[in-house]
Amino acid sequence: MHELSIAMSIVEMAQEESDRRGHAQVLAVHLRLGRLSGVVKEALLSSYEMACEATPLEGSRLSIEEIPVEVFCPKCDCPRAISSIQWFCCPDCGTPTPTLLHGKELEVVALEIKE
Amino acid sequence: MTTEPRLVEVRRNVLKQNDVIARALRERFREAGVLAVSLVSSPGSGKTAFLEKTLTLLHPCYRVAALVGDLATENDAARLARSQAPVKQILTGTVCHLEAAMIQNALDGWDLTQLDFLFIENVGNLVCPSSYDLGEDLRFVLLSVTEGEDKPLKYPTIFNSADVAVITKSDLAAAVEFDEAAALRNIQAVRPGMEVFKISAKTGEGMAEYLEYLEHRRTCSRATIAASK
Repeated sequence: MHELSIAMSIVEMAQEESDRRGHAQVLAVHLRLGRLSGVVKEALLSSYEMACEATPLEGSRLSIEEIPVEVFCPKCDCPRAISSIQWFCCPDCGTPTPTLLHGKELEVVALEIKE
Repeated sequence: MTTEPRLVEVRRNVLKQNDVIARALRERFREAGVLAVSLVSSPGSGKTAFLEKTLTLLHPCYRVAALVGDLATENDAARLARSQAPVKQILTGTVCHLEAAMIQNALDGWDLTQLDFLFIENVGNLVCPSSYDLGEDLRFVLLSVTEGEDKPLKYPTIFNSADVAVITKSDLAAAVEFDEAAALRNIQAVRPGMEVFKISAKTGEGMAEYLEYLEHRRTCSRATIAASK
């Protein structure tokens, strides 16, 4: 369970950004979370609430956009989204491929603030 | 006066701090000419026995050292020290994985140029370590024959984050009716093209092929460094 330490990093980051903007109130943090990031959405959401407690971010929302896993298919010569992380192969032609294009994201992309 | 809420773009990688330290470590390993190998697996899959055997077999010919992570006790460091190689225990307390900063701190005062191989044994956990880059050149994921062939399908993220899979405790395979073909199929499903070794730290089966691979990887990485200078 490493989601709490990740939630604390997110809160810290959001606070820094808010400080840079004249201590603007943070209403929501928007996060992109890849399905191969090793972080569980539900665990992160409850950890976020805990991490916000007694900070200026208390009461703010964590909005998570889940990013599907996309691989590069060498046979079709183009990116393909895979539906299961237990089966790394092109959904169209079935060629196995380890080349990962998306799915490891763990990034804060935007803040909803009130100045 | 308050204004309406607005959305501001930020774009910050949450694990950036870890990634920056990991990159610096990787560069440090490269400069020193040491091959850094990390081991991840579930608790009890034989990481320490495998590492002890590795250190013992490499020690006469190469300069080797190991860092070993555990929540508590120095037992693993004491076991590994029997190999005569320098070993340091990293106690993580309640933290369920190693982070790059822990490696950096543990290496404080070490002259890496005096090493050929550095092994890093992660905390026994198939979930959390997958998110943290430690700056290693190679990540090995271990799977013992007693755990079941579907481990890769249950923990695809960690298998995907690793470079090499090692099937351990092969001496017990027949006793537990281990289905090797199924295990190999599952490994290839979550990480196509992954190199796999099957070993027994107890009988020594498969250790020669695996050590040959390690030596080969070290030679390749040194050749790349030499070419870039």
